[in-house]
Amino acid sequence: MNVAVTLDEIRPDALPIASEAGPPPKRIVVAYGFWIFLLSDIVMFSALFAAYAVLVRATAGGPTGAQLFNQGSVAIQTAFLLASSYACGLMSLAVGAQRRDRTYAFALVTFALGAAFLVLELREFAGMIASGAAPQRSAFLSAFFTLVGCHGLHVTAGLIWLSVMMVQVAVKGFRATVQRRLLCFALFWHTLDIIWVWLFTFVYLMGVLP
Amino acid sequence: MTDMPYDRAPGDASPPPETRSATRSDAAIYTVGLAVAVILTGTSFWVTNTSLIWGPGVPLGLAVLAIAQMGIHLVFFLHITTGPDNTNNVLALAFGVLIVFLVVAGSLWIMTDLNNMLMPGRELMDLRMQR
Repeated sequence: MNVAVTLDEIRPDALPIASEAGPPPKRIVVAYGFWIFLLSDIVMFSALFAAYAVLVRATAGGPTGAQLFNQGSVAIQTAFLLASSYACGLMSLAVGAQRRDRTYAFALVTFALGAAFLVLELREFAGMIASGAAPQRSAFLSAFFTLVGCHGLHVTAGLIWLSVMMVQVAVKGFRATVQRRLLCFALFWHTLDIIWVWLFTFVYLMGVLP
Repeated sequence: MTDMPYDRAPGDASPPPETRSATRSDAAIYTVGLAVAVILTGTSFWVTNTSLIWGPGVPLGLAVLAIAQMGIHLVFFLHITTGPDNTNNVLALAFGVLIVFLVVAGSLWIMTDLNNMLMPGRELMDLRMQR
């Protein structure tokens, strides 16, 4: 009897630290799961990038990237998205400090810059389609609209998500669930910026090279 | 790992948020990231438009700049570090990068091979010239 009691007392000390502490907090589990989703999203984008790289010369006698792409517009889009990502980072800090006013302010900046990016992209698409460079013109343009349009759709989804999150902050306050969702949103928004880095490098800048 | 049994959540700024409030240095991390990203982006656009650099080397330079900027975003915006509490995040990222590399490099390799070797009369049958 005595021996058994002693064994019971020793046992927990022999276990590894992580098991002793129990499962990690939900914030870590949720963010890690969302991180894995984002990586799978990046893998999907890599397939679109590969398709674009294979088809980039298949212009079927139609316009090429060098004729269509406007570097100035791309530079402004890049600046908008980068600044939006920075504002989103500052919003994360405001959420961590539970500062409601700063959260709203930085969320507004994030949203406005993201929306401006989207407007420029849509204007570019509309201009291309109006000049006869629609997705059905050539395999190159199909791949281009799929790849860049998919990123644009992600940005649109991010803007809707951000609006919903601000309503949740207003109604529910900074409770744990809302904070986790805001962490996931920040991960999403920063990842979209990483994808845009590859987009402007490989599609636009390499597209205008002679 | 000594005092923290758990991993750090991806995207979380340095120590766990509940132990301290956001400070000036946290914002400084984002600001440094923004500054470096702006410099790298500006360099990319400059490299594209300059005649100072040997033409065929430009795509390679752009790729290097893009990889560097991806690293900056991961470190300064997503707070991925080499610390032991980040091992799981880094391993997941490494696996993602491996799959991305296989998909892109594999597709390009196979399609280039098909164009070069399997199709007779490259001018007529080049897949990349068809609609």
